[in-house]
Amino acid sequence: MTDTHLDRDVLSALQEVMEEDYPVLLDTFLADSEERLQVLREAHDAAQLVSAAHSFKGSSSNMGALRLARLCHELEQRAQEKAPEGLAKLVGEIDGEFALVRPLYEAERQRSLASDSSNRCC
Amino acid sequence: MSDLAPPFEPLTVLIVEDSAADRLLLSGIVRRQGHAVLLAANGAEAVDLYRQARPHLVLMDALMPVMDGFDAARQIKQLAGQTLVPIIFLTSLSEDEGLARCLEAGGDDFLAKPYNQVVLAAKIKAMDRLRRLQATVLEQRDQIVRHHQYLLNEQRVAKAVFDKIAHSGCLSAPNIRYRQSPYALFNGDLLLAAFTPAGDMHVLLGDFTGHGLPAAVGAMPLAEVFYGMTAKGFGLAQILREMNAKLKRILPVDMFCCATLLSLSFQRRSAEVWNGGMPDGYLHDIASGERRPLKSRHLPLGVLSAQAFDDRTEVFPMALGDRVLLLTDGVIDTCDSTEQLFGVERLMQVFADNLEPGQLFEEIEQALRDFGGQARDDVSMLEISLVEPAQLTPPALVYSDSGQSSPLDWSLSFEFRAESLKRFDPLPYLLQLLLEVHGLRVQSAALHSVLAELYSNALEHGVLGLDSSLKRDVHGFARYYQLRNARLEQLEEGYLRVHVQVAPQGTGGCLVIEVEDSGHGFDVQRVMDRPLDIGRLSGRGVSLIRQLSRNASWSDDGRRARVEFSWGAQA
Repeated sequence: MTDTHLDRDVLSALQEVMEEDYPVLLDTFLADSEERLQVLREAHDAAQLVSAAHSFKGSSSNMGALRLARLCHELEQRAQEKAPEGLAKLVGEIDGEFALVRPLYEAERQRSLASDSSNRCC
Repeated sequence: MSDLAPPFEPLTVLIVEDSAADRLLLSGIVRRQGHAVLLAANGAEAVDLYRQARPHLVLMDALMPVMDGFDAARQIKQLAGQTLVPIIFLTSLSEDEGLARCLEAGGDDFLAKPYNQVVLAAKIKAMDRLRRLQATVLEQRDQIVRHHQYLLNEQRVAKAVFDKIAHSGCLSAPNIRYRQSPYALFNGDLLLAAFTPAGDMHVLLGDFTGHGLPAAVGAMPLAEVFYGMTAKGFGLAQILREMNAKLKRILPVDMFCCATLLSLSFQRRSAEVWNGGMPDGYLHDIASGERRPLKSRHLPLGVLSAQAFDDRTEVFPMALGDRVLLLTDGVIDTCDSTEQLFGVERLMQVFADNLEPGQLFEEIEQALRDFGGQARDDVSMLEISLVEPAQLTPPALVYSDSGQSSPLDWSLSFEFRAESLKRFDPLPYLLQLLLEVHGLRVQSAALHSVLAELYSNALEHGVLGLDSSLKRDVHGFARYYQLRNARLEQLEEGYLRVHVQVAPQGTGGCLVIEVEDSGHGFDVQRVMDRPLDIGRLSGRGVSLIRQLSRNASWSDDGRRARVEFSWGAQA
């Protein structure tokens, strides 16, 4: 079940690249995502939706949040087609998906901090 | 990895991305690859940063607030000018239209999200190669431009210097017409003309081997010898020897100069020619319509050693209005599209079709165009006509001394014997000496002519025993000069004496020249009884002397000639 939400391979690649900045990256992503969600929830027009969904899609895919990226992509497409029906529902689904992955990222952050400090002890 | 790959040099990479997480991630990847990173959150910041820091490469998100990636890319490309600053657009590959916009805005590549660090490293490397290639191309282009300008400047300077030397000549004289490309010098073509002190005209058409500056370099010493020695009254043989020796000494073995040297005497109405390696020139006898070829009989200048060099010339009689045409091989060697040469026969046809002599150059040029030949800029042509001496105005001689010391009371005698007469022409030295007397300078042309006549009469009719009546027709003329050369070559005894006496006379002075020879003399009375100047080929010498000097007289049965020149007070 976890696999469709979060790609663990992506996370380990990210950790390798970012080294000690890995927890900062996770924090930044979570904070960034809160902002995007806020924009999605309060969007007044399709253009705002498109651009926020586009950015959110990009960073989610980079962070291995597979389903979140797919939902953002769907929202971006629909909003571009100017098909208002189902947009609010999609935003709701994105909200739900983020609520689901958020604790996973936080757990990952804890794990990396712990292993980082244990590495340092040795 | 190839050994030829350049050593790793860290780049400065500008990352433009509005998403903080993506920005952080990208900068992590790029830093890990050893590059320095600049960060911008939108297009406007990116343009500012580019202006300040001139990064090597840009990673650019397409959709951003404030200023999007397309606008930013356009502005950065404009700021970069000719320098290549690769821009890699960061985008999701789903939008074809978006990708096209990236390229239109000046993007060089794409990177899809999610980022793959291996792919990104490869792209940065590829873009860096492209960037370096462009920089190298620009650098080499600038270098070529600099070299080219340098070369042009060199040619300009060389041409300016050379034009000064060449234009001290008399190519603008009314009896000369010529065609030459302004940069013919750099094709090795050389055209020189000058009056001798006696009022004859020397002309040289030369063609150096090679092209460009090397072909032009040899022209300088050649022109100096030509003008210097012509002005001092030296004859063709001495000038040719000096030119040959000089070129032989200074030019590399594979360089030499084909040349035709011509001396046209308006008073004696004759042309003396030496042709070494040039195409035939032509002496056009207007009365008969005949064109006598002036063939190459020698190797070019600068090939043979002084010992082996042959300075023998040919002498042809000319009538008023006769012309000599000289041309370079650019004319007959012009090729058409099938590599066929224009050739001598086509040139002959142009001659045959020519009705108005003044149009000949135009007709030759037209024939070359009709032939379909590629235009060459080493086509040089010169035509010189025999005119009355009065139609020409030789420039006044320039003397470099101050005019303070003018020797006025002296005499000297020379005796030249067989071995000297064979190879040595004492006239230029005698004349140099006489022109130290300032009062004689205004008469220098007459002095040169008279002295030259006295000397050649004493040598040819006296010492060598040649009969001037031989010269009554064209064939006799040629025969005469053949005999002259042959007898001079075999000469074992005989002498020629020159006595010069300069004395003050009132406020001016008087010069007496006497020339005596060891020959058999001639019937003075019969020659003196003939009217002056009857336009014959033979016997011009005596009447010339009588016209140009005072109190010309012959004694000792014609073996001793005496003339006077006098002058008044000097201003």
